[in-house]
Amino acid sequence: MNSATLSTPTLDRFSLPDRHGRFGPYGGAFVPETLAHPLQQLTAAYEETKNDPVFQKELKQQLKSFAGRPTGLYFAERLTRELGGAKIYLKREDMLHTGAHKINNALGQALLAKKMGKSRIIAETGAGQHGIATAAVCARFGFDCVIYMGAEDMRRQALNVFRMRLSGAEVRSVEAGNRTLKEAINEAMRDWVTNVRSTHYILGSALGAHPYPGMVRDFHRVISTETKEQILDLEGRLPDEMVACVGGGSNAIGFFFDFLEEEAVRLVGVEAGGRNLEDGQHAARFEGGRLGVLQGCKTWILQNDDGQINQTHSVSAGLDYAAIGPEHAYYRDRGRIDFTHAGDDDALHAFRKLSETEGILPALESSHGLAYAFRRAKEMPQDSILCVNLSGRGDKDAMEAARILGEEALMP
Amino acid sequence: MKNSDRIAKLFAQKKKEGLSVFIGYVCACDPDFENSLSICKSLLANGVDLLELGVPFSDPLADGKTNQLAAQRALDAGCLQEDVFRLVKAIREFSEAPIVFYTYYNLVFSQGVETYVDKSIEAGVDGLLTLDLPPEEADDLVAASRERGMKNIFIVAPTTPEERIPLIAASASGFLYYVSREGVTGEREDLAGDLADRVATIRRHADLPVVVGFGISNSKQVRAIGEIADGVVVGSALVNCILQNFESLEQIPAKIGDKARELAQGLQPLSG
Repeated sequence: MNSATLSTPTLDRFSLPDRHGRFGPYGGAFVPETLAHPLQQLTAAYEETKNDPVFQKELKQQLKSFAGRPTGLYFAERLTRELGGAKIYLKREDMLHTGAHKINNALGQALLAKKMGKSRIIAETGAGQHGIATAAVCARFGFDCVIYMGAEDMRRQALNVFRMRLSGAEVRSVEAGNRTLKEAINEAMRDWVTNVRSTHYILGSALGAHPYPGMVRDFHRVISTETKEQILDLEGRLPDEMVACVGGGSNAIGFFFDFLEEEAVRLVGVEAGGRNLEDGQHAARFEGGRLGVLQGCKTWILQNDDGQINQTHSVSAGLDYAAIGPEHAYYRDRGRIDFTHAGDDDALHAFRKLSETEGILPALESSHGLAYAFRRAKEMPQDSILCVNLSGRGDKDAMEAARILGEEALMP
Repeated sequence: MKNSDRIAKLFAQKKKEGLSVFIGYVCACDPDFENSLSICKSLLANGVDLLELGVPFSDPLADGKTNQLAAQRALDAGCLQEDVFRLVKAIREFSEAPIVFYTYYNLVFSQGVETYVDKSIEAGVDGLLTLDLPPEEADDLVAASRERGMKNIFIVAPTTPEERIPLIAASASGFLYYVSREGVTGEREDLAGDLADRVATIRRHADLPVVVGFGISNSKQVRAIGEIADGVVVGSALVNCILQNFESLEQIPAKIGDKARELAQGLQPLSG
């Protein structure tokens, strides 16, 4: 036996998902029959479109002129000096139009919906960033737009609700269960089951039934393509470690994708540790979850012994979700992406720290990645490089953070 | 009697009588175990031939408001999957009517597919309708069910193209369920106009009884569907009786029985 047959098979990131929408044992399309054929049509339309140079050219143009790509890769010099370890770079997805990476996917899917002849768009939103991105592209392309949002999320992201409405979207409050992202997805799927002929559902994370996880990833892949080019330009080498927060996992898979085959680059996803790791108090799927099926895909899910989905908690609405994107579960099994978690307090601390040292207000979601990165940078040598995906800006979180921290805490 | 015989026997007997099967849906343990048992007993005494029992799930994404609230009431009452099996066993004390679970795949998958089918058979369940499990994902469940004599009910939807029906029929057993409207469960004013054509199309590809459900709420609709299909499913119209009488639980079994009898009248031959 020669050494080639003993080594692990080469990782081919483009081979996934397979034609059944599976990433190894994860993924698939677990949906009511009403959606089964429409999803197959969507898959076919997407397969045809993704290699169409006309489509790609238009998307690239829109990403540049409407969304503001490319985003910068920023060296956080003062922060680096203060922490005294690895050089910290921030990928500035927070600089995009509408305030987060979500616009990459919203634009891609809106162009696809236009091509498919749909007249109406629906979406779910947690933190509101995906809702705002969807509302904006619907205004831009002239689609009717309905956004489903949990009542609790509407409360803590009131500014984003107003912004969606300004763009002409109807925001429907979801009162069921935890009143957060999971319930909003249920309600969006109910709408879609009812209106599937006229309506495209712009799912906002790398989750759900095939083709969504792979399609959403593809639309965010540009983050890693740019980052790779930029770090080579700035440092002449690849980073030692890359960090992203993981709710469903769209910013993370987009940020990691072009580095998956670069085995020397460590990739770390940071889940929401919430208040603590007791059931219902967090959203760290790899800490308390197990394999299950929720909202279209098989993946790691926080659930009880009976198979009922657990309630979750995170200070950040965008990470407050019981399931993780199936591709993350796959690369975790392969040992390619490592996962850890950061709690509410850590995230709030990072939220303030980045504002104080760099004048950049990060989204509470991104603050989870930062919280881990701040700890990690100190353990790394000074000539090493740590890149963090700053997936969104924190303007939307300012009021909620002030409420939690107490306004006096923010006084000089 | 073997579980597997009940469904086929019922449809065969009704066919001989020239009648459609009346299928009633309620959510198990809604509003609680004891009342749910009384409700099921009343339904079976008032014209329901086949009982469809919803297994309460935290995230019922194919269900409309009425059934969501029913599942929530059951879960709030502390209903566990063991209680749902216990309910079926209790019904088996007095009835041999076929019982089909209307459920979501995580509830099956989380218990282990084979274990789940074993437990269902042992309790006296005849069929499983798993809402979010299209045939493409159903190999494990279908294999485990076939070995054990459990039936797998599948849905055909208005969005299902004709060329997909053979795939569904190949996985299905017991009967096929055509949903008369796109959308989630719930009562509807009107029923889709092309129903007879759709049912005929399904019959061309499947040698199984075809039942129709989703949105049927009065005896006139029951009669119209009964003339087309082998069975008629009524759900939300019954579940709403529970909601409307939630303040006086003791009245629910009688009221829901009245409603079932009224609807089942639609399947009786018109006199004169």
